[in-house]
Formats: sequence, C-alpha cells, structure tokens
Amino acid sequence: MPISRHELEHLCRLAHIALDESEMVDMLGQISTVVDHVSRLQSVDTEGIEPTAYAVPIDSVVRDDDTELSWPTEAVLTNAPRRYGDFFEVQSIFE
Amino acid sequence: MIDLTSLTLSGARGLLDRREISSVELTQAHLDRIDRLEPQLNAYIRVTGDIALAQAVRADEAMRRGEAGELAGIPMALKDILSTVGVPTTCGSRILENYVPQYNATVVDRLAASGAVVLGKTNMDEFAMGSSNENSAFGPVHNPWCLERVPGGSSGGSATAVASSEAVYALGTDTGGSIRQPAALTGTVGLKPTYGRVSRYGLVAFASSLDQIGPITRTVADAAAVLGVIAGPDPRDSTALNAPVPDYSAALTGDIRGLRVGIPREYFGDGLDSEVRVVVERAIEVLQSLGARAVPISLPSSEHALSTYYVISPAEAMANLARYDGVRYGLSLPGDDIWSMYALTREAGFGAEVKRRIILGTYVLSAGYYDAYYRKAQQVRTLVRRDFDAAFGEVDVIVGPTTPTPAFPIGAKVDDPLQMYLNDVYTVPINMAGITAVSVPAGLASGLPVGVQIIGRALDEETILRVGDAFERETGHNLLRPPMTAEVSA
Amino acid sequence: MNGPYVPVVGLEVHAQLLTASKMFCGCSSRYSGAPPDTHCCAVCAGMPGALPVVNARAVELGLLTALALHCTVPRASKFDRKNYSYPDLPKGYQISQYDDPIGRGGFLDYRIGDRVIRWGITRVHLEEDTGKTTHTDVDGREVSLVDYNRSGVPLMEIVTDPEMRMPEEAREFVSALRQVLMYLGVNDGDLQAGSMRVDVNISLTGPNGERNPKVEVKNLNSLRALERSLAYEIERQGRLLAGGETVEQETRGWSEKEEKTVPQRTKEYAHDYRYFPEPDLPPLVIRQADLDRLTGTMPEMPMTRSGRFVSQYGLTPFHAQVLTRERPLADYFERAAAADRSVPPRIYANWITGDLMRLLGEEQRAAEEIPIPPENLAELLSLIETGEISGSAGKQVLDEMFTSGQAAHAIVERRQLRQVADSAALDTLTDEVLAANPGMVDQYRKGKTNVIQALVGQAMKSSQGRANPQVVRDLLERKLN
Ligand SMILES: [Mg+2]
Ligand SMILES: [Zn+2]
Repeated sequence: MPISRHELEHLCRLAHIALDESEMVDMLGQISTVVDHVSRLQSVDTEGIEPTAYAVPIDSVVRDDDTELSWPTEAVLTNAPRRYGDFFEVQSIFE
Repeated sequence: MIDLTSLTLSGARGLLDRREISSVELTQAHLDRIDRLEPQLNAYIRVTGDIALAQAVRADEAMRRGEAGELAGIPMALKDILSTVGVPTTCGSRILENYVPQYNATVVDRLAASGAVVLGKTNMDEFAMGSSNENSAFGPVHNPWCLERVPGGSSGGSATAVASSEAVYALGTDTGGSIRQPAALTGTVGLKPTYGRVSRYGLVAFASSLDQIGPITRTVADAAAVLGVIAGPDPRDSTALNAPVPDYSAALTGDIRGLRVGIPREYFGDGLDSEVRVVVERAIEVLQSLGARAVPISLPSSEHALSTYYVISPAEAMANLARYDGVRYGLSLPGDDIWSMYALTREAGFGAEVKRRIILGTYVLSAGYYDAYYRKAQQVRTLVRRDFDAAFGEVDVIVGPTTPTPAFPIGAKVDDPLQMYLNDVYTVPINMAGITAVSVPAGLASGLPVGVQIIGRALDEETILRVGDAFERETGHNLLRPPMTAEVSA
Repeated sequence: MNGPYVPVVGLEVHAQLLTASKMFCGCSSRYSGAPPDTHCCAVCAGMPGALPVVNARAVELGLLTALALHCTVPRASKFDRKNYSYPDLPKGYQISQYDDPIGRGGFLDYRIGDRVIRWGITRVHLEEDTGKTTHTDVDGREVSLVDYNRSGVPLMEIVTDPEMRMPEEAREFVSALRQVLMYLGVNDGDLQAGSMRVDVNISLTGPNGERNPKVEVKNLNSLRALERSLAYEIERQGRLLAGGETVEQETRGWSEKEEKTVPQRTKEYAHDYRYFPEPDLPPLVIRQADLDRLTGTMPEMPMTRSGRFVSQYGLTPFHAQVLTRERPLADYFERAAAADRSVPPRIYANWITGDLMRLLGEEQRAAEEIPIPPENLAELLSLIETGEISGSAGKQVLDEMFTSGQAAHAIVERRQLRQVADSAALDTLTDEVLAANPGMVDQYRKGKTNVIQALVGQAMKSSQGRANPQVVRDLLERKLN
C-alpha cells in the first residue's frame, strides 16, 4: 500500500521533520516498501489475542512520595542552546 | 613479554591481582593500540585517555588497599548511548554532537563502583537504529576482519573495539539484535540480558519496551563477570526486575550433559546463507557431542516478528526522539518561528535512517492506523512470546544462527532498508519476547566470523552462559583473532 | 433562556495534586514562587535516558477523588504517552492516561438553593503538568521563555459529561467540585494561581435537536470568568445561528479586560496525539484492599456534612452551609461543640459564623489558622451561657483571645469582666442611671415602656458590660413602676 505524497507531508508535519524534494521522493519509496512489508501482519489471525505492551509481567511499580534534591540550576541549563537568565529561551511560538 | 592487549578480563584480573601488571600499564597499552588502529577502524567516537588513566591510577591504589571490585583497573569501552557525566554522549547523532550529560547511567555508576577504567565512547548507528554501523554521523566503523565490510550494528563500535583488542570488553545495547548481530559479525561474545535484568536508566532510549544493555567480550566467562556487576534492580527504572543476581561465573560448570537444545525449524529456512548454515549445524553437533540432546522445535510466529518489530520500535522511537527539538540541549537551528526551528533542527540533526523510522512510527500510530498496525503488532508480539513459552516447556535452550549472513560489504544495503532489516530476523524475536540470548563465535565462513545464538528463558542467563562457555572451551573459536590484529601486535 | 437554542456544556478540570514530590521524580512539587529551573532533574527536564517512576501518593489521591466522585475504578489501569510538541513539554510527549483511566462514569451532586443537581463525570485520570512558557520581548525580539519547575507536577484531569447546563449551574458545579477536592486534601482549590484549571466545551443544540460545533474556552481562572464566558458564548453562538451563520469549532480564551471570549492563537498546526501505552511504566493493578483502605480514610463530603449539621445539631441550613464550606471550619465547629455539650450547638454556630469569621476576615486568615483552640471557645461560650459574663463582655474576650491566644477565664479574671449580680451594687448603679436620664424616665411613665431597653444599655455601659442585664432590667422596672 503506497503512501501518498500528501500523507507523507502530513506525517512530516506531525514529526517536525522538513525534507527537501529529493529526500521526499526517496522517503516515499522506502516508507511504502516497509509499510507494504509490515502489512503482512494483517494476515495473521489474532482474534481474541491480548496485545503485549510490556516486555515483562510486572505491575504497580511505585515509589514513596519523598523528595530528593533537584539539580543545580546550572546543570539543568548547561546544555541549553539559548538561555535568558535561568530561563530556556526559544523563538516566539506565534508567527 | 605478554601483549597486554590480548588479555581477557579474567586473564587481566589475575595479573592485576598478583601485581604482575598495573592498571596504568594495561590502560596505556590499550590507549596506544587505539592510537594505532583507530584510523582504520573508527570504533570510537571519543577516546577519554586522561579520564581512563586517572581511573587506572585510582584503581591501582584501590587494589593496593585491597578494596578493588571485580572489574577494577580493567579498561573497557561504553557505547556512546550510555549517559556519562561530563563526557559528551552523542548517540552517533549530529543532533547530540555537543550534548554533555549531567548524570551517569546506572550501569556507568555500577562499573565505576567496581573500579572499571573507561577508555572512551564507541561508535554506533545513530540512536541505535541500524545493523551495519553505517548510520553514524561520525562515519562508518570498519570490520577488523575485513576493513571493507561492516561490523554489524548498532553496537558496531563496541564489537569492533573488543574484536580488535582496543578494549578488554565493552557495553552495547540491544533492541532488535544490536549486541548479538555485531558480536556475530566480529567474532566476539555478545549477551542480551532478559528485559529488566539490567537497568536502562541513562540509556538514551530508542525503543523502550525492547532496549537492553549487555556486554560484548572475548569469552563467555567475561560476559558472565560483567553481567554480574551491571545486573540488578534499580529504583530509577520501573521496568528493572526486582530479582536477585545469581553468581553467573559459578554457573559456568562446563557440564551440559542431558540439556535439551531446541532447534527451531524457522531459523534454518531460505534466507540463511549456506555457509553460515554449515557452521551453525556443526556447532549443534558439538553441543550434542558434549552430551546435550537436540530437539526439533517450531517457532511459527517468528516469521512475523520482524514486521512486528518494524511497527513497535519506530512507534516508540518516534516518541522517544521527540525531545530533540533544539530547546534544552543539542543542535538548534533558528527558523522564522519555533515550528520552523523544530523542523530545521531535526532535518539537519537526524540522519536518513532515523528520519525513516520516525516517519514510520508516526504513520503506524496516526489516527485511523493504530488498530491495523500498532495494536495488531502488539497482538502478534503476544503470539511470538507464546511460541517461546511453549518451546521452553520442552527444551532448556534454543540454538540457531545469530545472523543470516556474515559481514557484508560497506555500502551494499544502505539504500535498501528492507534488506538491511532482514539482518535482524533471528535476533528480533528474542527482544519481542523479552527473553535472553547470547551470540558466541562458531567459526569462520570464507574467512569471516559466524555466530551461534543461544536463547534462554527469561532470567535464565545462567544456562545460556553455561552452554556458551562449554561450547567455547570445546572449540576455542573465540580465540580466533582478526588478521589485522596479529599484524599490528607483531 | 436562549431562544430556541439549548447550551450543552462539558467541563475539563485539571487539578494539581497535593503531593510532596513530583509525579515521576523526587523533585519538590512546591515550586510556587521559586526562581526558574530550580526544581528540575534529569526526569522532569526530559534529559536523554532518564526514566519516570510513579509517585504512589499521587495514585492514591487520584483514586480517592475517583471514589469520592462515585466513579468505577478499574482493576487495572495504565499510563500512556500523549504525543505533541510544545517547548514547555520537555519529552515531546505527556505521560497521561488514555483508555484505562483510574476512574470512569461517576457523578457529583451539588446544590443551588433548594435544587440538588447531579452532573455526570466521564472520567478521572492522572498525568503530569507541563513547564511554563512566558511570551515576552527581549531586546526587541519576540521570544518565549521556558521554566520547567512545574514540569512533572502531578495533575489530575476530571472530565464531565456534556450536559444541558446554564452558566450558573456550571459555576456552582466547579465551586462544589473545588470544595470536594479541598475536603479530600487532594488540591488547594486555587483557581487564580492555576493549581486548579478549568476548560469549558460549549455547543448549542438547535430547535430540532441538531448539535452545532463546539467551542473550547480556556484560561478561566475564576468562577466569575467561567460563568461570564459561558454566558458570553451562549449569546454569541446563539446570535450567529439565529443569523443563519455557523459556529466555528475552535479554541477561545476569556479576556478579562474586554469581558469576552476571543479566538486563541493556535498552539500547534497539526493535532494527532498518537497515544500508545507508556513502555517505561508497568501497569497499575488496583487492589480492593487498597480501595477499602482509601474509602476508610475518606472524609464526609460537604453536602452530606451540611445535611447532618442540620439534623444532628439543629442548625439552620444557612449556618450549616457556611460552616461546611471549608473542612477546617466544619471540623472546628464540631470539636468546639463536643468540648462542652452544655452550650447549645446553635450558639457555637452563631459565634463561629459571626464574630470568629469576622476576626478571620479582618486578619485575612484561613480557617485552618484559627488561633483559638476549640476547647477555649467552648469555655468562653459556657461562661456566657451560665451568665458569668455578659454577651458583650464575651465579644471583648473573644477579640483578646484571638490576638493573645490566652484562655477565656484568664482574660475574664484579669479584666474583671465577671458579671455583677450583687443587688446592692446594682441598686446604686440603677439609681444613678435613672437620675442621669430624667427624660427617658418621663417617657416610660407616659407609656413608652420600650425605653427600658436604652436604660438597660446605659447601665451596662457604665458597668463596662459587667452588670447582668436581666437583673438590671428587673431592678429598673421595679423602680419605675
Ligand atoms: Mg490533560
Ligand atoms: Zn525532577
């Protein structure tokens, strides 16, 4: 089942990935091939089969409501590409 | 004079404990070797020589005081996806090229507590997505057995460093085969522990329900020793199992008499290279000669495991990689507004394979497709698990090939994702089921290493290590070294 | 009503849970007023490789709420990833709950006057709060600044059924829900500060039952804003529909300044949350024993309690409602009333809702900060009831108890406020009062007997409130007649 150009553009928007024209063409072909392959799953009879979302059968792993020291502010911000004082700075959200 | 870089972990342990060598000497020898070999191999993204020597000095002091841990003073390498405080952790990606973590992964802390010496951070497929190590922003890794070939991936740097004696051992991560497949292709031992056996805290996530950290070594005994140090519960990882850690080294008795070895029909089908088949069949004969009993079994759903993998892992990856947006760390390219900043940053920061998987993951989860792909894949995942449950009702371990072919030439599959993905066809089912497997060198095919995969029940690393160790002692395949290694050390 | 259109209203309430630490890490969740990025760690700042671990207390508080709202609590629940991008969301997804929330299908009963209304609760789920983004100007550049202190604070989302409701009913629902959450101790109820946040969905149903597109209104940080914005939207949408236009499905914000809703600038240009189970968190199995234990700790809910105050203590419905508005006040009343049962409960209610609440108001103190132990109030009221001190002296004593924290009898002794019932002293006092007010004496004798009240007042005044008013009255009457 090939993916349409329009569909791919929508996926790129959702994933925040900008592709140039040649990448777009390559991606269309490659994604379609892989989707085609994984579509074989549709032929497997899974009637009444519970989905497995977790690799190990454990549950209810929780911690007590105890506080721990937070990081020094400098450690939080040290990798920030842009900062303003102790805030992370980003370009305006609005156009 | 012994070649210090030829030592195994247990060999080095003995010499260090008897003060015949020092950790500083051992570490320096490995750093020298890295200097000589790296131009050809590119196994490391970053070598941390100063840190390693400082750790070696401390380890020597600790050993003098008699306070040293099991791994004290022995130089090793970390896949560059494990968070190291103060040392850049790139995940093989342009987007994290300058990211310096402010905390250590739990495994890194455990190694440090044991006195390990970290030589550096190894090369890898970007965000662990790949089976050839060609998807690294820092250039491909070359297989020490044949420099024109890939070492496998995504832990290709770790496997290569160990195979070429640029490190005594290394840690890798395995999401669909990323420890076992490169181990097989480089003639090393690669162990994927049971999901939850080793804490994932500080392992930069690719596919969270599948990722697991494990050792790459030159002997099974070494893998057992390393696992013993890194395994165990961790309050920072909710999926880490709360189970006691056995003495894995004590499990290596060499005795596998009466052991039932399952031979899965599906692992010997059309896709298997004929030379690899011969090597693996010979390995099974060796196990029988040691007293094990071969039992034909079937894992009928394994043919769908790969499809399942290429739905579930990209979906999880899509979410895990959403945080690389240029706001808090990593690459950040300004745009007209924040949305164009996101898109430009991610376009420039991610390589082609990572983008493919993010798009694929977005697709299989997007509105209207969830049931057809994601939910379906989870149901088939259940079937894959049931196959193993049923098989382990009859056998103690399952044995087959680790990969369908030996190492292939660099560039051969880069433009054909599907062909590339087929490399993991025998390893992926194990991750799907959350169980454990080890790849052990089984000999050569046309001069290239072949691995045999020993698969075990959840939390039964002891048995697969025992089988691997017995096999290794009997055959000595693990002693074969890449030809270039001999040249260099001569 | 609104012409042929009936408003259908659904509410989404986000409430921060009163835990010590955050939802998935050990950072303190008390971030209010802290400098930016001082309550952060690898987990809540979304550092690569960090993993979440569920706060057990947050789960308990969520379950407590689900139970209080009569929800069905499932045997197993789980967390999911809600995928969307925004700079205040450090992981690029929010850990939330999608198809297995901790509570489903409940309701809340609340009262408007004599009417009891039941509003259905669709679901209660747990999630993590985001950081905070501020839009501002830095050196002439329009930028957004992000602070992650709030990121990862435990949040509970309560979603109501969409029902035909008027603005007042929505306001009173939120008021009642707020009261319940505060009673449970799960949330501080601060709409202004945003620890409780309300979003509204509103659509109009037409004369033939047709549903029109719904509008979401956000940023409602007071009950008044909630009511006004709903009224505004009902009017606006009604006008559009009546004029043959259509209502656009959109998100709007409430502008306090302009007293109207305005279209919100869009947050994101593509929506599709791509929920899937959070692989980093094993599912939660909810055991009946845990639910039983929580039910055992659940306080009486305000409406029930108010009804009991009427039936058990004989209070007026008004007093009962005032006293139960806040749990600490209701607790205070009951502890005081229990301390001395010889004083009738309505007397406690009078004093607490009257003078004590006045004092609290003057000092801007909350009900949990009443500086008078309930036993001390009981002692004071008993002194008044037994006639040892007068009511007016009692007021003075209460004032002083409030500021000094001293016990009633100590203040009464020191200030010699005990009532004078000794007739010789009162005899002199009344004589003096009659002598000083010949005009009133005259009026009384001409038949205007109610001036006796003023004369009693004079006597009380000159005795500094210590005279027993009944004895004074008797004496005056005897002397005048
Ligand atoms: Mg929400
Ligand atoms: Zn934190």
